[in-house]
Amino acid sequence: MSAPAAGAASPGAGGPVEFCGLRLAHRVINGSGTFDAIAARRVFGAALAREFPFAAYVSKTITLQPRAGNPPPRLWEAAGGMINSIGLPNKGLDGYLAEDLPQLAELLAEAGADGAPVPLITNVMGSTGEELAKLVAACEQRAEIAAIELNVSCPNVKTGLDIGADPRQLEQVVRDCREHTRKPLIVKLTPNTADVPACARAAEAAGADAVSLINTLRAMALAPGGGPWLGGGSGGLSGPAIRVVALAQVAAVARSVGVSVIGMGGVQRAAHARDLIDAGAGLVAVGSESFRDPMVAGAIARELAA
Amino acid sequence: VSDWAAAPAPLQRRLLTVLGVEELGAYRVLRVADVETPEPRPGQFAMIAAAERWGGGQDERPYLARAFSIARRRVGESHFLLEDVGPGTERLCELREGDGLWALGPLGKGFRAPTERRRAILVGGGVGIAPLAILQDALEADAEREVTVLLGFRDAARAEGAALLHGAQVATDDGSVGHHGLLTELLSKELYRDSRAQVYACGPAPMLEAVRAMCTTRDVPAQLALEAGMACGFGACFGCAVPKRGGGYLRVCVDGPVIDASELEHVDAHAGAPA
Repeated sequence: MSAPAAGAASPGAGGPVEFCGLRLAHRVINGSGTFDAIAARRVFGAALAREFPFAAYVSKTITLQPRAGNPPPRLWEAAGGMINSIGLPNKGLDGYLAEDLPQLAELLAEAGADGAPVPLITNVMGSTGEELAKLVAACEQRAEIAAIELNVSCPNVKTGLDIGADPRQLEQVVRDCREHTRKPLIVKLTPNTADVPACARAAEAAGADAVSLINTLRAMALAPGGGPWLGGGSGGLSGPAIRVVALAQVAAVARSVGVSVIGMGGVQRAAHARDLIDAGAGLVAVGSESFRDPMVAGAIARELAA
Repeated sequence: VSDWAAAPAPLQRRLLTVLGVEELGAYRVLRVADVETPEPRPGQFAMIAAAERWGGGQDERPYLARAFSIARRRVGESHFLLEDVGPGTERLCELREGDGLWALGPLGKGFRAPTERRRAILVGGGVGIAPLAILQDALEADAEREVTVLLGFRDAARAEGAALLHGAQVATDDGSVGHHGLLTELLSKELYRDSRAQVYACGPAPMLEAVRAMCTTRDVPAQLALEAGMACGFGACFGCAVPKRGGGYLRVCVDGPVIDASELEHVDAHAGAPA
C-alpha cells in the first residue's frame, strides 16, 4: 500500500507521507533559515543524526553571490514572538555546493532510515527570474538535492516590489525556473501582499509542485532613543503571534489551489500542526519554536503519529 | 586545567529544579539541581527559561529563552547570576525553591587556559562577572597559577557581587567602593606592573571595547566573553552576529561566546540581549 499523498485527506496525521513524489517519514519539516543543521551537528554531535527531528530538511536561503548578512542588532523580542532582520547570510551558490552540500548530504544520509536519506530541500533566492533560474539549474545538477524551494520575498531591483507580491511577476519567475528543473519546485509565498491566494494560483499555473506559507510578516521595532532598532531597518515577525494569520492564509490558499501546501507560522505544539493540516496543509513546518527547543519538531511528529 | 575540551551538548533541553535564589547585593544567584549535565567549560552558557509563566509579562514577554553564563558548578548544582533588567530576568528572579527551569546546554566555546605560564587577569564588569567565577575555580585548581581579579560596578549595591569571586580589586563608577573610576584604569596599572599576562574579560560592551583596545595596543592576549541578542544558542537563528576583523560576522553562540580580541574589529555597542 502506498503512503497517502500529502494534501489528500488521510486517516491520521502521523506516519509516512508522499510529498511531490518524495517519501517522508512524517509531516513535520523545518522552515527555511530556522535550523542550521551543520552548526547543530557541531554543537550536539552524533545525537543530531540519530534523533533528527525533521522529515525533510530545508536549507537556509542560498543566493548566487555570498552575503554577510545585515549589521546587528538582528533580533527584537516582540509580544508573543520575535522580529528578525538577519539578511540571508550565506556562502553563495558555489560555496554552498562545494562546502555545505557534502556536509548536509552526509548528515541527512545518517539521519535517514532504510538506506534512504532525509530529503534535502534547497531554498534559493534571486532578485530577477534570470538569477533564480541560474540557481535552480545548478541545483538540478545535484543528486543530493531532492527538491527546490524558491524564496520570492525579494524586492525586484526595478520596481522595489517583492517578486512574490505580484501574481503576474511571480508567474513569470516561476515559469523561468520550471524550465530548468524536473525536481519538485516549491514556491514560498510572501504574506506581505493583498491577495495571497492569487499568488498561489499564479505559482500553480506556472508549474509549481507545491506552495509553502507563511513567511514572516513585515514588522519594525524602534530603539529607545528613536530610529529603527534593527540594523536592517525593518524585519519579519515570527512565533506564536502570527499563528492565527498563518491559519487563515493556509486555509485560503488550500481552497484556491490543487497543489500541495506546506503550512507554517507559530507552530509550537501538535495541536497547532493539526489545525494547519485540517486547514489543508499536507506538511507542516516548525520555525521559531525550534529556537526554544531544538527537538520540538520531533516531539510534534511523534504526537501526530500517536 | 589543561583539558578544557567541551563535550557535545545534550540535544534535549532539561527540566531542572530550582534549589534557591539568594540575594547578592543588587544581584541574585539562581541555584538549580543539575546532575546530568556534561561538565561545562568555564565561559560556556545555557539557554534558560522558567518552566511556568514564561510569557505574559511586561509587553507580553518573555518569549525566547535567555542566554546565561554558567557562573559556577558545585556537586550536582549549576549557578547563574541574575540582574532584573527586563521581563525575562524579572521572571527568573521570581523563581523559588522547587520551581522548574528549562535549560539547554552547556553551549558555546569557553575560555582557554593561559599558555606560557602567563599570569591570568580576570576583568569583569557588572553582571558580566559571572563566567569569571567558574574560571577562577578552574584556574586556581592549579596552585602554581597566579590569578589577579579586577571587578567594576556602578554602585555599592552592585559591588556586593564581588563576593562571587575572591581576592578582587574593585572599582565603582560612583566611588562608593574601592577605586573611584574605570576598571580599565586598574587593568592599566596591572599591565604596567607585569604585562606577561593573559586577560579574560566579560562585561558591558563599552568596557569590553576598552579592554580590547588596551590589550591590542599593549600586545597582551585577551579572551572576551561577549553577549548578544540570540534566539537559540546553537547556531540556528544567526541573530547574534558581531563584526569580525577583516569583514563579515561571527556568531556569538557557536564561534563564541569567548572570542579572542584579535579576531574582532571592535566590540559593538549594540551587543545587547533581550533581557
